[in-house]
Amino acid sequence: MIDFSILIDHWDMYLEGFGNTLKASLLALIGSFVLGTIFAIFRISPIRPLNWIGAAFVEFIRNIPLILVVFLFFVGLPAIGIVLNPFLAGTMGLTVYTAAFIAETIRAGIQAVPKGQTEAARSSGLTYLQTMRYVILPQAIKVVIPPMGNQFINLVKNSSVLGVIAGLDLMYFGDLIAADTFVTFDVYIFVGLFYLILTLPLSSFVSYLERRLAKGR
Amino acid sequence: MKANKVWKKVAGMGLVLMLSATALAGCGGDKTSEGAASGGQSTGAAGAGTIAKMKERDKFVVGVKYDLNLFGLKDPATGNVEGLDIDIAKAIAKKVLGDENKIELKEVTSKTRIPMLKNGEIDAIIATMTITEERKKEVDFSDVYFLAGQSLLVKKDSSINGIKDLQKGMKVLTAKGSTSAKNIRASAPDAEILEFENYAEAFTALKAGQGDALTTDNALLYGMAKQDPNYRVTEETFTEEPYGIAISKGDAEFVKTVNDLLKEMKENGEYDKIYEKWIGEKPKK
Repeated sequence: MIDFSILIDHWDMYLEGFGNTLKASLLALIGSFVLGTIFAIFRISPIRPLNWIGAAFVEFIRNIPLILVVFLFFVGLPAIGIVLNPFLAGTMGLTVYTAAFIAETIRAGIQAVPKGQTEAARSSGLTYLQTMRYVILPQAIKVVIPPMGNQFINLVKNSSVLGVIAGLDLMYFGDLIAADTFVTFDVYIFVGLFYLILTLPLSSFVSYLERRLAKGR
Repeated sequence: MKANKVWKKVAGMGLVLMLSATALAGCGGDKTSEGAASGGQSTGAAGAGTIAKMKERDKFVVGVKYDLNLFGLKDPATGNVEGLDIDIAKAIAKKVLGDENKIELKEVTSKTRIPMLKNGEIDAIIATMTITEERKKEVDFSDVYFLAGQSLLVKKDSSINGIKDLQKGMKVLTAKGSTSAKNIRASAPDAEILEFENYAEAFTALKAGQGDALTTDNALLYGMAKQDPNYRVTEETFTEEPYGIAISKGDAEFVKTVNDLLKEMKENGEYDKIYEKWIGEKPKK
């Protein structure tokens, strides 16, 4: 059976790790949503150079492993004189990495709205921004919600990358406890349960949004 | 580089096996019976013990580190892993199998080595492993084959000269699951301890300015200081770290063979030769 004394004996470590994972996930969730939206707009904007910047960002970041993006912040920035603590470096790496995927998700959602909608809106006299705001985005959001939910769930799990750079998250403390007790399997079972506390509600929230928006269709 | 990739895959598969084995053992019952079950399992798999297993496959499978200068370091140019630990492993292979080249090295970290030995993936651990009472509950140890002591690696111009100079808020880096981490927590309770996957990563973090000092056994620190002359090892050692060769629990036959060999090597000067080759000085008597 699973040894619950591990959870009880190391409760404060699990809790500190859980708190930091929650913090990193929330920061990265908000950050990657904002950053991802900006780059999505870059990618579909009528201004060419912005397209290029958006495409370069997305293709570069999403095609390298997350751990490398994190190392970029953890050991790359110090090379130019900016030292972030492990938690911040990890969270920023996670934010930038996830933003690349969010940008693609949002771009795909916007482009899934038939072109005729834009043309009709523009010929009715709406400006580009108005077209986006009142016609395209409300339709795109419905398409975007399910894949976006996936990205956010992935983000929470990917935050375990902080464990590698001593970011004091759940995975980090899990490693320490495992090294301390030698009861590898049980320790990580509890780590997994703590991740579920974060991801299951997130998952059901996404399903709820999906159902609600489906009604409005 | 390619071989490295393949190796990583193998290690990954090993991890999966390890986890499922632990899961199976975990089903056995409460914690004490689990320990007994996995202990019984490894000797059961070994049949008549590690030596018989080695003779049957005609190879000594040994867990060593790949990232530790002087003890076990993979040379990226040749792909060979070299160091004091590897030379000791070769001596054991020569003694038991008659040929020092009949060894198969497997990379271990401080975190993975005990689970790997318990699973029977490796015959022994020769990976700068300190003998502790806590670890003796999990594995058996040979006699001491190297006596090290914990110290600090700092920037050349650092004001830190020993453990007493570590003030509140200073960051000390080390590796997960190591004795060094436990020792520094006890000796410098004010300092903030950050633990990384291995010492190479901890050193990278130190170089990136993520900490004030790196702590582990001085023998390893000398290797790092050799690699990057911007860093120095503080004189003071604040622990005694006797390194032992870890062997499956209960395999007294193999422990005795290894101990006899170590004694033999110390008497005929072979040990001194290996020591000097890597550390650069004669062992203290």
